[in-house]
Amino acid sequence: MSQVQTEAKPAVTRSQALGWLRKMMLIRRFEERAEMMYQKQKIGGFFHQYSGQEPVAVGSIGVLREDDFVITAYRDHGHALARGIEARAAMAELLGKVTGCSKGKGGSMHFFDAEKGFLGGHAIVGSHIPLAAGVAFAIKYRGEDRVCLCYFGEGALNQGSVHEAFNMVSLWKLPVIYILENNQYAMGTSLDRSSAIRDLIVRGATAYGIPGVSINGNDIELMAETTREAVHRARHGEGPSFIEAQTYRFKGHSISDPAKYRVQEELDEAHRNDPIVIYQDVLKERDWLDDATIERVAEEVKREIDECIEFAEQSPEPPLEALYEDVTLAPHLPQE
Amino acid sequence: MAVITFREALNQAMSEEMERDDRVFLMGEEVAEYEGAYKVSQGMLKRFGDRRVIDTPISEEGFAGIGIGAAMVGLRPIIEFMTFSFSLVAIDQVVNNAANIRYMSGGQFTIPIVFRGSSGMAGCLAATHSHRLEAWYAQVPGLTVVLPATPADAKGLLKSAIRSDDPVVFIEHENLYGEKGKVPDGEHLVPLGLAEVKRPGSDVSLITYSRSLKATLAAAEELAGEGIEAEVIDLRTIRPLDFEALLASVVKTHRAVIVEEDWPYCGVGAGIADRIYQVAFDELDAPIRRVAAKDAPIPYNRYLEASMLPSVDRIVAQVNDVLYKK
Ligand SMILES: Cc1ncc(C[n+]2csc(CCOP(=O)(O)OP(=O)(O)O)c2C)c(N)n1
Repeated sequence: MSQVQTEAKPAVTRSQALGWLRKMMLIRRFEERAEMMYQKQKIGGFFHQYSGQEPVAVGSIGVLREDDFVITAYRDHGHALARGIEARAAMAELLGKVTGCSKGKGGSMHFFDAEKGFLGGHAIVGSHIPLAAGVAFAIKYRGEDRVCLCYFGEGALNQGSVHEAFNMVSLWKLPVIYILENNQYAMGTSLDRSSAIRDLIVRGATAYGIPGVSINGNDIELMAETTREAVHRARHGEGPSFIEAQTYRFKGHSISDPAKYRVQEELDEAHRNDPIVIYQDVLKERDWLDDATIERVAEEVKREIDECIEFAEQSPEPPLEALYEDVTLAPHLPQE
Repeated sequence: MAVITFREALNQAMSEEMERDDRVFLMGEEVAEYEGAYKVSQGMLKRFGDRRVIDTPISEEGFAGIGIGAAMVGLRPIIEFMTFSFSLVAIDQVVNNAANIRYMSGGQFTIPIVFRGSSGMAGCLAATHSHRLEAWYAQVPGLTVVLPATPADAKGLLKSAIRSDDPVVFIEHENLYGEKGKVPDGEHLVPLGLAEVKRPGSDVSLITYSRSLKATLAAAEELAGEGIEAEVIDLRTIRPLDFEALLASVVKTHRAVIVEEDWPYCGVGAGIADRIYQVAFDELDAPIRRVAAKDAPIPYNRYLEASMLPSVDRIVAQVNDVLYKK
């Protein structure tokens, strides 16, 4: 369970902090409105909310350079928006529109943005962990000082390829930071029921000689600081890091999951510790923020999301020919 | 034209492409210090160093994924599977990631990667080590699937595969590595997606690929002794299929036999027969016949194994059948 943010001393400037708060509020609002669109059947398929985990993505991506890379699993709305994918392109993707960030071919689970170094949204559990290693391999191969951040859930730690990749990134000292978002559940399976060892640092880091820490991921500035150190090591040729970010998902595994496997008290407790409200309080205490500003930002975010829904709704569906487009770079010859 | 082995041809292809493009590298089990389980990468570590010829742990799914990730951000990996039988533990990466990422990203990422390695029924390796998985991969839109049968094609096709901007599954028959053949000197490229008539003829079209080309050519030779001129088509690339070439041949001969080492059900031959029937049914003077591996796991025993393979006798029998000569 995530805890109240306390001790982290300001790791950011005021304007950065306000930017991060705004991002978190944007992600929250984006998903709230997208859920409504889903209920209206404008969005289909699997839809996994990030609500409650926002500080993990925003705090860690917040310390990256523009030329770094980010890759994540299917619960990708938060990471994409944190990385600067436009909300309108993200919303249009949810609606399957041609203006979407994956031209309507990927949907909720497969957001991409090459320009932003956002390498997806990947929906086979664990399957993108080797990809991140490959990105880091390329960085080292070219002698660059970029890094790759890779996010996944604690459930993914049970996939074989994850351990193959961890071993190789450590062996080859590749500049990748693996961020395990421990939101306590993999679908309906709690950690207790799926991991023989409770200490995930042992399984994900110690076992491979990778430096690993377990932190309160909902403490956004702690998340940022921890990532900053890992990124610094990676840029200086010191290899991979592993961060277990403890967090909590407010919603079910996906929009269709009522999450009956957890007790109400647990959820109530999580909502009392809503990381966005907590960060607002932290910033207020520092005199960096007041209620009027919160209201103004909320209003701005609301408008931005309204606009992006309008954009998405008005965007065209892909033409039927798009079915055969972007299969290969060479002309695609359907074998029909 | 120099006479070299299939193995040397592959080595030349990789070495030449690595010489001309620093983005190309070779990664896999035992490719560097051991110089390849089948010695295909002999001398390459010495020539290119361990930055570009990279030994991995026994982690096919992991290093297949590493190759794909590297390709996403601009490198051009050659990933060697010791044999394609072992690609089964990496198939998630090949099918879900290599083949789909371009499509799912709306064309934002390309995956210029070659997965290559040995394959096929190489003799007494039994069921786990004798797989032919070309039909599995050929079913997947987004992949290009290549199976060379001669040293010249091995070199020319592998060079084209490395230069391709799309993922290529490049399957080498283990028993061909020692085969010798003439390979054109200098820059030798064979385009992907083109079949080649390896022997012209007018009476029947024999359609094949990879190691089965040998038995098929031998059968054509025997048939010629009986006055039957078989046209032998080597597909070389099975996805995309060079359907034009097949059609041109079938329209000429009106009869076809498909020869492959893979299992018959849902295989490449089944797909080819279907496509010919759809387009050229009226051109056919006989039903298409197929010579494929027998539908059983691959046995260790050499006689049982040999009985499964496309042989000259089995091919000739099917040709006689489509010619109604019994
Ligand atoms: C290989 C594979 N197996 C099963 C699934 C179905 N599935 C999707 S998400 C999920 C749970 C993953 O949990 P975790 O990794 O903890 O991430 P979280 O959903 O909590 O973010 C499962 C079982 C899948 N997508 N891929």
